[in-house]
This record gives sequence, structure tokens and C-alpha cells, in this order.
Amino acid sequence: MFRETEIVKQIESAEPDGFGDLVINVGPQHPATHGVLHLVITLNGETIKKVEPHLGYIHRSIEKMCESLSYRQFIYVTSKMDYLSSHMNNHGCCLCVEKGLQVEVPPRAQVIRVLMDELTRIASHCLWWGAMAMDVGALTPFFLSFRERELINDIMEETCGTRLTMNYMVPGGVMADLHPNFYKSVKDFIAHFKNKIDEYDQLVTDNIIFQNRTKGIGFISKEEAISFGMTGPSARGSGVQCDVRKLFPYEVYDKLQFDEIIETAGDSFARYMVRMKELRQSISIIEQLIDNIPEGDIQTKTKAVLKLPKGEYYSRVETARGEFGVYIVSEGGTTPYRIKFRSPGFSNLSALDHMARGGKIGDLVATMGTLDLVIPDIDR
Amino acid sequence: MNVDITKYNDSSQNLPSVRRTPDSFGVGRGAFQSSSALAFPGEVHHTPGGGVLVSKLDDVINWARSNSLWPLVFGTSCCAIEMMSTAGAKYDWSRFGFEVARATPRQADVIIIAGTIVNKMAPVLKRLYDQMADPKYVIAMGACATSGGPFFYNTYSVVKGADHVIPVDVYIAGCPPRPEALLHSLITLQEKIKSGMTREQIKTAKPEQRF
Amino acid sequence: MTSEELKIKLTAFFQTATFGESGEWLNMNIAAANLPATTNILRHDPVLNFDYLFCQTCVDFKTHLTMVYHLTSTGHRLPLVLKVQLDRNNPEIETVSQTWKTAEFHEREIYEMFGVNFLNHPDLRLLILPDGWEGRNPMRKDFEDPINMIKL
Repeated sequence: MFRETEIVKQIESAEPDGFGDLVINVGPQHPATHGVLHLVITLNGETIKKVEPHLGYIHRSIEKMCESLSYRQFIYVTSKMDYLSSHMNNHGCCLCVEKGLQVEVPPRAQVIRVLMDELTRIASHCLWWGAMAMDVGALTPFFLSFRERELINDIMEETCGTRLTMNYMVPGGVMADLHPNFYKSVKDFIAHFKNKIDEYDQLVTDNIIFQNRTKGIGFISKEEAISFGMTGPSARGSGVQCDVRKLFPYEVYDKLQFDEIIETAGDSFARYMVRMKELRQSISIIEQLIDNIPEGDIQTKTKAVLKLPKGEYYSRVETARGEFGVYIVSEGGTTPYRIKFRSPGFSNLSALDHMARGGKIGDLVATMGTLDLVIPDIDR
Repeated sequence: MNVDITKYNDSSQNLPSVRRTPDSFGVGRGAFQSSSALAFPGEVHHTPGGGVLVSKLDDVINWARSNSLWPLVFGTSCCAIEMMSTAGAKYDWSRFGFEVARATPRQADVIIIAGTIVNKMAPVLKRLYDQMADPKYVIAMGACATSGGPFFYNTYSVVKGADHVIPVDVYIAGCPPRPEALLHSLITLQEKIKSGMTREQIKTAKPEQRF
Repeated sequence: MTSEELKIKLTAFFQTATFGESGEWLNMNIAAANLPATTNILRHDPVLNFDYLFCQTCVDFKTHLTMVYHLTSTGHRLPLVLKVQLDRNNPEIETVSQTWKTAEFHEREIYEMFGVNFLNHPDLRLLILPDGWEGRNPMRKDFEDPINMIKL
């Protein structure tokens, strides 16, 4: 069945050192793996010697499927890949198609796109915080973070129509205008959420048990992080400057004042602190934009059937997990010839073996929590 | 409003809840049938008062079973987030008895298939279902588990509906379905259990006799 | 360093490479046999310093396969697209996973999807597809699956 021959080979090839090595499976159905991830762990006692991820349990062959979908249709499917940053995935695809068609997005649509991106980032980090605390053992933060997520989901539902996999961005702009309640809802949410971040810090960040579970665990150095191709908050926790919003700004990010959060410790607690501080930065971005949304069109008119000229196009956005890249090779037709989605989780996961060796299984769970993996993003 | 569609599968595993006595469906219908579907030979004489006692006991057992279903933590993709929202504080599913979400299938009653099932995951799903103890129920949540969903065409690796792998009791439409839709399906499953009918009985019952 | 200067430096290092401008970034086409030497210089030269391989993929043009490496540097942030053409019937190329560790997973995925054999890869086997899919390369254009795939 699934890799039985390989697991048998691993058992046979484990070095005999008196105690014997144990090979265990974590997953695919497991409450702590954030999706269907199958880890084959070689243990010596409770110390991990090797972690090997087996992927493919949610491989939906999206890249092959997109070769038969038109340029307007394939955007919907990408919001199901990394479903917690679905706006940002759609944004990346729209940027790539617009680069090929060379259309200009109106300023109102640009600001709306950035607002939706940042709200989604807050929602994703809230869920990450709740799920990570649940993995480490605290159950209350899960319910607290879902309370905030429900507020954001209500805002999204009024404007975009759905709560989770929004298909709101089209090549040329956004699909529909903002709901009249949008301004008031977002302002109320910001006022409510600022107190909540302090509450989160009091509850989990300053908690001595949590700090003991994450400080010094899962260390990766800056050079290793670059070599493994890590991006996003997982890499910024090791000192790598890789925020796409700062390095290759798109939409209105070059006009906004926000900091790129870098921590140098390289362990799980540093990655945790990067995400907590990013929550505050997202709030400040939303505050700068919510009162200054320009009037105008929300969409540049494009043809109903889009045809990208022959060539190749690459565009990247910063999702809650890292750099999401869309690489389209077009032969001039109505469907893409080859699409490659550079997903952030794929490279982040390849560093898990390096980070987890020598630790215990509890440390592996804490490390995986701070890597913030979403498995459908990895398997595509 | 998302509507649940109950589809019926021929499976050798009937809903093993307690069956009602034939009086509920009318004499001569031959409704009291075992899974091998042989007619009961001879005549049935009911003891006065006995049928009422057994059917009251049936009702109590079915009521107890339906109000204390423990779901298995099984979410593959996006629908799992809506399942977690249903477990959250706003759309609380523990009001209906689904308080204890077990991580191990040996202690779970209902498996909510939230997400796409692909060819590599199908044997895992079957193994989990086999490990659950009877009586067990299955809810297929979302378009992917119902029929393959948005990944129906031109994918070489998606199972087009979870009912190719295990028998399903309740289907939920939506991509992803709202938490209220999941709650509606949980209540529908509870009513299905309380009715006490097996899958074959539901299939052959007239519409007004269904639950 | 601007991209013009980069192009001059690269021409100085790699005489056999040809340059193209398809897409917005500098493209460099090299032969498959030169790949190990080229990637060594790109990675370890202190001025070029391409230490970040952020995307590695393969494209199946119906007459040949093309490996595409997207590189950038944390120093000068200029992207470079490296392309290598491979023979369709026997695609073989040296691995770059000793230079950039992220290539281990990327090359396993290309191996199973396109059938490219990576020489000296530490662990070349299926990553995402289930057992039994060796030899069947789904992302190739001539992949036949009459049950699931509709030919448009």
C-alpha cells in the first residue's frame, strides 16, 4: 500500500546501536499535522534520528487541471490550495495574468485588494495561533482565535460572498464593489482586535510553559534557511530578509509605512514572535488604508475570453506562509500551456528534517506548529 | 440554504440501529426484513403490550445514540476549516452532543469526511472506517466528498465522491458549506438515527414514511 | 549592480551560454553537460552570489523538455532564469541539490511528473504520487488517461 516497501527497507537499514531504532508513522490522519501529512520518523528511544515526510495524500493534480481551464477559470482553483490565504493566492494569479495582458488595475481596486489581503493575513495568523497553541497543549486559545476569525469572516461574506475560499479577484480588478457596511465593520474590528492581541500575549506569549516548549527548539541558521529556499515568517525568524511586499512591491505596498519583522534567534519562539508582530503590522496597514480608499472603477474592462501572448510570466505575492509564485508559460492560446505554482510550504517542509533531528517528538510538534504548514498548498 | 440529499447505496452494512416493529409501516408490507431480505415465514401474532414496550425501548436507545455522537477528527482540506468553525464558539456543535471529538477512530461514532479524497488517501479512509466500532455513521461534507467537486474534470488522482470508498449517510452541498449547513446535516443524521430505519428501508419507503 | 552589468559579467564567465529575453528577467540557456560547473560558479562566486533557488520546474515542449531554474541572490536581488534543454527520450541531468538544498524536493517532484533522471541525487524516488506511478509521468503532454482526462 502506501510505501510499505520503503518502511520495511528503512527498518532493515537502521543502524544497530544496541537499543534498536523504532520507525513510527505520524499521520496521515492526526490531529496535530494540520492536514494530511504522513511523517515516517526514525526514533532512538524518544530522540528523533530522521524525519521523512510522505506527501501526496491531498494531491489533486491542480497543475495538470489548469492546463485545460481558461485564464479566468483557473484562479478559482488556487484559492483552494492554500485556503487560509485564499485572497493572496488569487491575487498572485491575477497579477501574473495582468502582467501578460499588460492591463493596468485602477487605484480603487488596488487598495481593495491590499485591504482584503491584510484581513486574510490576520485571519490566517489567528487560526495559526489557535492551532499551534492547541498542538502544544492549550485548548482555550483555539476558541479565542476563532472568535476573531468569525468577525473577519462576516466582513468577507458581506463583500465577497463566501467565508473561506473567496473568488473575489479577477484579472483587471475585483469582482464587485465594497459593501456599504465595510468601513464601519473594519473600523470596529480594528478597535476590538487591538486589545485582543495584548490578551493573546498575556495568555500564551508570556506563559512560562509555552516559552520552555519553544525556546531553543527547531533551530535553523540563516545560511541553511536560504539554502532550503525558505520564505515567509519561518525564514524571517532566522534573519533572512525575504518579505516580497518590501523587496518587490506590488499594488500600493510601496506607498505604505510598515516594518519587515526580522528576528535572529532562528528557533521556534523567534518564528512565533515574527507572526505575532506581523499581526500588529497588518493592523497598521489597514488603518492607513481604510480612510483613504480612492473612488473610481473597480475593474478594468478586459475581454471575456483572455489570451495571453506567447511567452512566460512570473509573479509573486507574500502570503501568510511565504512567497507564492505563479509561473505561466503561454503559447498564445486561451488556456495556459504550463502553470507552475511555487508554494511556500513545499520549501519550508524540506527543512523540517534538518530542524527536528536530535529533538524529541514533542519538539517536533512544536516545530511543525511554528512552520505553519498547510498541506494542500504543498501537494497542490 | 444548503439542502441535504440522501442518496442510497447498496452496502452490506445496514444502519445497525434497532429496527421498528412491522406495525409502524402497515401490515402486509413485509417491512421487517433482515439484510438477507427473506420474508418472515408464517404469521406474526403480537403479544398485547409487548410491541409497545420494545418500541419504547427502541426509541430510548435511538434517542441516546443520536444525542451523543462523537465525531472523528478527519479533515483533509478546506472544509476542515469550516468544521473547526462549527466546533468553535459561534456555531457550537457541542450543543447537539458532538462535544468530544476523538482523534482515534476506535472511540468515534461518526466520521465527517471534510475535504477531497484522492487515490492515495482512499485506502487510509477505508482503514479508518473499518477501525470504527458499530454503530457508525458517515457524513460527506462539501462538494469534493460528495462528487469530486471542482476537481471532477481532468484530474488523474481525485476520487469522484467519497461514496466510492465507504457508504455515506448524509451529504452536504457547498464549497465549503457554511457551519449552519453542517449543523443541519448533523440534525438530519440525528433524525435518521431516531427513526430507526435501515438503509434499505429508507430506500424502499414512500416519501411520507421517511423521517 | 544592474541587470546590464550582470549580463556582461555572465558573458565573461560563461562563453557558451546564450541569452534571451523571453519574460521580464534575464534568461540564460546552457547545455546540460555544463550545468555542474555553471551552478558552482553562480553559487560560490563572491560577486554573483546566487544563493537562493526559489523555483525549479520543467516544461514539456512537445519536441524537447526544458528545465527552468529561477535564481536570485540575497545580496543584489537580481533574478536570473537558467534554462537547460533536455532530450525527450532520455532526459538526464546532474542534480543541483548539493548546491541548493531546496532542490532535493523539487527534483523528486520533477522526476515523478516528467521522468527526468537526476544523476547523483541522494534520494530519487516518488514524492507526491502513490506507489505504482513510476514510469507514468502525468505532466507530460502525451500522458494518456482515457478515464479521467478529456481531450479538448
